Amino acid sequence: MSPRITLLGPQPRSSLRRALGDLDPEALVSTVTAGWQEREVDDAELRELVGLRTVNLSLHARMQSVYDEDREYAHAEREHEAALAELRQLYLVQLDHALSAAYDVARGSDARPRLRERALTDSLRVVALLDAQHMQRVSDFQQAFYDAWLPQERPAVARNRDEIQSVLEGSSALAIAGGHVGELARVLHLFHVAPHLPARVVAWSAGAMALTERVVLFHDFVPHGVAHTEVYGRGIGVVPGVVALPHARRRLRVGDQIRMSVLSRRFAPARCLVLDDATRVPLDEAGGLPPDARVLDHDGHIASVEAA
Amino acid sequence: MTSPAPKRKLAINRLRDRKPLDHAAVDRFLARNEVPIVEGARCTFLFRGDADEVLLAQRVVGLPEQMPMRKLRGTDLWYLVLELPEGSRVNYQLEVRRGEHVERLNDPLNPKLSYSPVGTSSVCFGHGYQTPEWTGPDPVARQGSLEHIEVPSRALRRDCPVTLYLPARFRRTSTYPLLVVHDGPDFLQYAAAKTVLDNLIDRFEVAETIVAFLHPKDRLTEYTNSTAHSRFLTQELVPRLETTLPLMGRPSGRCLMGSSLGGVASLSAAVRSPGTYGSLILMSGSFVFTDIGNDHGGGPVFDPVVKFVNRYRAGPARVADRVFMSCGVYEPLIAPNRSMVPTFESTGMSTRFVETRDGHTWENWRDTLRDALSWVYPGAQKFVYE
Repeated sequence: MSPRITLLGPQPRSSLRRALGDLDPEALVSTVTAGWQEREVDDAELRELVGLRTVNLSLHARMQSVYDEDREYAHAEREHEAALAELRQLYLVQLDHALSAAYDVARGSDARPRLRERALTDSLRVVALLDAQHMQRVSDFQQAFYDAWLPQERPAVARNRDEIQSVLEGSSALAIAGGHVGELARVLHLFHVAPHLPARVVAWSAGAMALTERVVLFHDFVPHGVAHTEVYGRGIGVVPGVVALPHARRRLRVGDQIRMSVLSRRFAPARCLVLDDATRVPLDEAGGLPPDARVLDHDGHIASVEAA
Repeated sequence: MTSPAPKRKLAINRLRDRKPLDHAAVDRFLARNEVPIVEGARCTFLFRGDADEVLLAQRVVGLPEQMPMRKLRGTDLWYLVLELPEGSRVNYQLEVRRGEHVERLNDPLNPKLSYSPVGTSSVCFGHGYQTPEWTGPDPVARQGSLEHIEVPSRALRRDCPVTLYLPARFRRTSTYPLLVVHDGPDFLQYAAAKTVLDNLIDRFEVAETIVAFLHPKDRLTEYTNSTAHSRFLTQELVPRLETTLPLMGRPSGRCLMGSSLGGVASLSAAVRSPGTYGSLILMSGSFVFTDIGNDHGGGPVFDPVVKFVNRYRAGPARVADRVFMSCGVYEPLIAPNRSMVPTFESTGMSTRFVETRDGHTWENWRDTLRDALSWVYPGAQKFVYE
């Protein structure tokens, strides 16, 4: 049975309570705070917020213990991460040119609108192709790494996977906090969390991103100007057809209609879901967005799903 | 039809109109105002005291190095109004002449000082300039650590002290990029480099980085296109650090940084070993050159620099992937630095040039660190969604 999933925006004080409010008072809620990395254990506020019995899966600490125990694997993963970083840099170089071209075409004022629209569609196809190829390369790399190193057969990983599975099977819900989305996605994959999700899953910010099929990184306000929105890799894929954008109004130039339009169209048919502070988005049983969820429409505006 | 609101008179002009304009009025005026008085683009510099002449001494390119202040009639208050563009930061001193005696001093009415290895000077924060908050200690930011090592160098024929910065949460199981900083102690002391690194790394704006702060012995020799210094960097220091520390060990994880002559030393080492360093950070580089003849005006110290820069400009080569350059528009070096941008770009190096409304100062380089470091080694900011 698919879990009932609720995605939340940042600052989930009230929205988290509402998302878990109907659980049995004795229910056990597993939590993931691995996105906070070495601050994973500072979860007192979260426990209080959940207001039920909680157990932290300690995925970051478990990953560190795997590295300590299995140096060979740790070294191999470090090399693997370095290769992925190189792959990312190559993708970013290409993306820089392709996205700049798309913006230039979109902003061009001389051409007839009909011709400009065709050129923009072509430019977006190029961007989408780069995105898709990068995703595929990352996936191939990951698969090759897993095939070569078989983490599921390495005692340190296997033992932790078993323990996590056991905790999840005894939990009524899983709450995944935000933080570093790369770290979150990595531990969720490594410890094979997806197949053992409890009946209820609540995730916010980076946690919400990690549940999607495709993690997209964005930040229009980096110190040295604007960084391009980029595809990072696969999340655990239990929320299909959604690109999660937490802190959208804080991190994106939402007033730049052309940029927002390019962003929305680039990832279509997936929906770019705006997760601002205290937003609560309960997905339907098929994992679809509710009609009142806020998304970026193809004109670059923020609108409800039903209006977009 | 409404007429525009009349411009408010400058504070100094309001004082001039005051009657009686006596000692007590000047006392009250000085007690009420921060000096220099910044009113929009106009900054009023003041000096109070008996003198035959008072000059404002500064080194903003385009302005006279010494500008006479005027005495406010009937008082011992001297003033000069200067227009400074938004966001300017200008170092200055006062020169006071009494008879044959001339004294150069910091502004006694202004507590703001700029520090450098050659001493202090007063500093005027123009309208809109604010010391970036990330340059000051942040009690919440995790602290990296500093440790001192000695690297024996056959190239330089001495043991070279190096101060290493290890980021907070340093782990031997991780890998880090390396930043080598010329004039290390000055960057630490006058550009708050450790505080800046701690803050920017903690905020995910800059990647966790290991930094080697170099201690020059004779920078006028070592930093002026010296083969020995370049050999020390490329054949001794970097290999040693990459053997003993968990460094990436690839060009993309190696960056040389320097300001002024340190910029020349960085470029010179990269030119001697193209492809070794992925990035260069060149702040107010002393890239003095001549288009014709040898009269560069920099004195004998700059002879080897000019020779080097002229040669590089005659045959520019791609020596790194990325070059970050910055320069203050009030520096004499602004023109040579601007000229180097197309030279670097012509080689295919990705070049980013930042201009500041500042001079050849450590505070200028401090304020530029965020732009430079976050571009060369961007942090995980794009990955973090709390």
